[in-house]
Amino acid sequence: MSRDTFDEATCALQDVAVSCGIETGLDRLEAQSPSCAFGELGTCCRICYMGPCRIDPFNPESRGVCGATADLIVTRNFLREATGGAASHLGHARFVALTLRDALKGKAPYHIADRDKLLAVAGGLGIAVDGRSDTEIGLDVVDKALEDFGRQDGEPGNWLMLHTPAKEQAMWKELGLTVSNVHNEIEEAMHRTSGGNDADPVNLLLGTLRMGIADGTGLSMATDLQDIMFGTPHVQGITANVGVLEKNKVNLAMHGHNPVLSEKILEWSVKLQDEAIAAGAEGINVVGVCCTGNELTMRHGVPMAGNNLQSELLLVTGAVDAMVVDVQCIWPSIVKVASCFDTKIVTTEANVKIPGSLHFEFAPATADVEAEKIVRTAIESFTARKGKDVNIPQIKSSGLAGFSVEAIIEVLKKVDPADPLKPVIDNIVAGNIYGAVAFAGCPNPKTRDTGMTEIMAKELLAKNVLIVTTGCTAHILAQAGLLSPDATEKYAGEGLKAVLTALGGAAGLDGPLPPVWHMGSCVDNSRIVTLLSALADKLDVKLSQLPVAGSAPELVHEKAISIGSWLLALGLMVHVAPVPHILGSPVATQVLTSDLEGITGGKAYVELDPVKAAAGMLEHIAVKRAALGI
Amino acid sequence: MHLPPPAVGTALLRPGLAARTNVFVSRLTGLAALGGSKGVRQLDEVFVDIVRCTACKSCEIACAVEHSESKQLFGAVFETPKPQNRIHVESAKAFAYPVRCLHCADAPCVAACPNGAMTRDSLVGVVVVDESRCQGCFMCAMVCSFGAISSHPTRRVAIKCDFCPDRRARGLQPACVTACPTHALRYGDSEALAKDKRRVAATRAADAESGVERSTDPSSLELLRSLGGR
Repeated sequence: MSRDTFDEATCALQDVAVSCGIETGLDRLEAQSPSCAFGELGTCCRICYMGPCRIDPFNPESRGVCGATADLIVTRNFLREATGGAASHLGHARFVALTLRDALKGKAPYHIADRDKLLAVAGGLGIAVDGRSDTEIGLDVVDKALEDFGRQDGEPGNWLMLHTPAKEQAMWKELGLTVSNVHNEIEEAMHRTSGGNDADPVNLLLGTLRMGIADGTGLSMATDLQDIMFGTPHVQGITANVGVLEKNKVNLAMHGHNPVLSEKILEWSVKLQDEAIAAGAEGINVVGVCCTGNELTMRHGVPMAGNNLQSELLLVTGAVDAMVVDVQCIWPSIVKVASCFDTKIVTTEANVKIPGSLHFEFAPATADVEAEKIVRTAIESFTARKGKDVNIPQIKSSGLAGFSVEAIIEVLKKVDPADPLKPVIDNIVAGNIYGAVAFAGCPNPKTRDTGMTEIMAKELLAKNVLIVTTGCTAHILAQAGLLSPDATEKYAGEGLKAVLTALGGAAGLDGPLPPVWHMGSCVDNSRIVTLLSALADKLDVKLSQLPVAGSAPELVHEKAISIGSWLLALGLMVHVAPVPHILGSPVATQVLTSDLEGITGGKAYVELDPVKAAAGMLEHIAVKRAALGI
Repeated sequence: MHLPPPAVGTALLRPGLAARTNVFVSRLTGLAALGGSKGVRQLDEVFVDIVRCTACKSCEIACAVEHSESKQLFGAVFETPKPQNRIHVESAKAFAYPVRCLHCADAPCVAACPNGAMTRDSLVGVVVVDESRCQGCFMCAMVCSFGAISSHPTRRVAIKCDFCPDRRARGLQPACVTACPTHALRYGDSEALAKDKRRVAATRAADAESGVERSTDPSSLELLRSLGGR
């Protein structure tokens, strides 16, 4: 694998890993290559015991034992992928809802941090707020949230209605895509894809869109309730990359997705500073990895130590005293890497255990006790490490994060207090903002050697396309320096540069706003849809008419499939690379990459070359602009 | 012997073959004579159609199972040491290619072995290792052009494709060939295999001459490769 386009820190740490004989994901990718085409094409079926069956891509007559065609096997597998993704996000959202309920009932040490958000969400849900206490309102919000997981009346889900524009709600109703109970969707998807049920590939693809819509509920609900409990992000300075680790501090890396844990760890790291100092450290340095890192970065400016792919490389520094993980995207390999150093891996969820790690089971009710124990573990680990050599490449970048919709509107209000979206729309019409693209998802070792995310982003910025980002792509773009105001000077086209400079001035910054706006974790893709919905509402158009697109430039997780399906259902173009597991089915390929455009307006776009992918998205934006007459 | 040019989408690959054409032919002739006199089948060939290889590695698994104690998948996975495959799927550009011993007529491994452990089976022409004579120096592996010789995980002796003698004794094809779900591996008399290729080439020429439209739709795997997916 060529490392020409790898970032400097990854290369440096990979070299250290090689010299220490530590195996990393890049080594394992090479050992796994070539990968099996049945898996890549999606034509391997393991759902019953007559098989497993595989469809010969060179034999159009090839069928599974039950008679399943490639189309059926692919679309069934694809729906199951989306289900895995949606289950992750819905599990996350429900955990947050239950935490808020326990907090409001005095059973968990959390509180309402953003009253404005509580009132806004309650208002949107039709909950009476006048003359009622925050606790009463909050409990009603929780009830509405939990109702989405349990209702049996077939009525549209509360969060679906809260965050879906009227035009898209009507479209979904017409297409039979309205989702009522998100848990039922998971049951239904697993049922219809088990042996001897739904055999209609198109019906199964519609099921995948429904799963995407269910996923959207999880994303929106998680974001809303987290903002209520932990605060809505505001724009602030951040640093990123492995250089944020500090030799003389207790380095505590938070990895995973759920801020309910990491918020508490952050709190206790402040409370136990003195103990760390007594242990010979200069303090406690909490850093973020992956999406729980993004949550902390967005709300508290916690340094972004690295993306998911770098999780094991960060440990190679020998400077991480504890890596504390919650759920999702946690590679089991981290335990083995940690065992080469004094680093402790701490798992915290009953359903996410890794042999060889410490396990402190975390529950909201006992959050303080567990968080205190975990921070003390990191301090003890530092004591063992103190004085030993570490290898921290001094590489870091800086920039801005915290672009919640509320924060963006706040900036825009400084330009036009009465009509904050107007300056954006005027500049889109004038072409200074040619369009917008959302980058979400992961770093994939398969695409790191093409610099997929960075190159696409730079290509688009040069053509005046504003970029918003979430998840681990935000780490990639932060490390590439694209979250910094300097990047506007360096990479943005003239029109975009002028807009961002004006906005930066209005926001009271020294320079322009950055050309890439970090909008949060992967559940915060909801923020992007909320922003687009506001624009579409204002223009009285469907989301599918906007000159925008989404991209998972380095697809890894099933969650990207469910998020992407939500965007497809909403009518947006979604670029993906590497190739999703659909090409084995002519029907799935045709529907998702073409026919769907005539149904919801959405379209999947597969292109693995970053320059061509950017060009394809620009072409899409050009078509949308032309249709709007701008 | 003249090989036809690679058919569209079905390149006939047998690395090093051209350079060895003469010895290859002489081996076949000699073997045919030997086989004829003793009633033993002449050594057939395994041809690889690289276009059809999906990298599923079914050949690797079937090979390891065939070289296990139990010769059953569910027995083999529990054996210690783990049974070893002697065919290896390697990637090159967007393609995958199963590499195994080609049982060269003028085999450098046989010449390089200082102990006479690497020999050609006189009946069927298969190049085999006599483990009792192998001293584990791996001269054979060093001179092999195909990387087809590995080390046994515990015994430090050379292991390689033995052309599945037990299976062939029962009239079966080598395990790798039987396991291949897309017929990327084909087994048979080399002349018959080549003739199939020539017929494909001839049909294509005839189609072109008589104006028959050939389907230009790529297979799903070709589509995946064109996107750089593998």
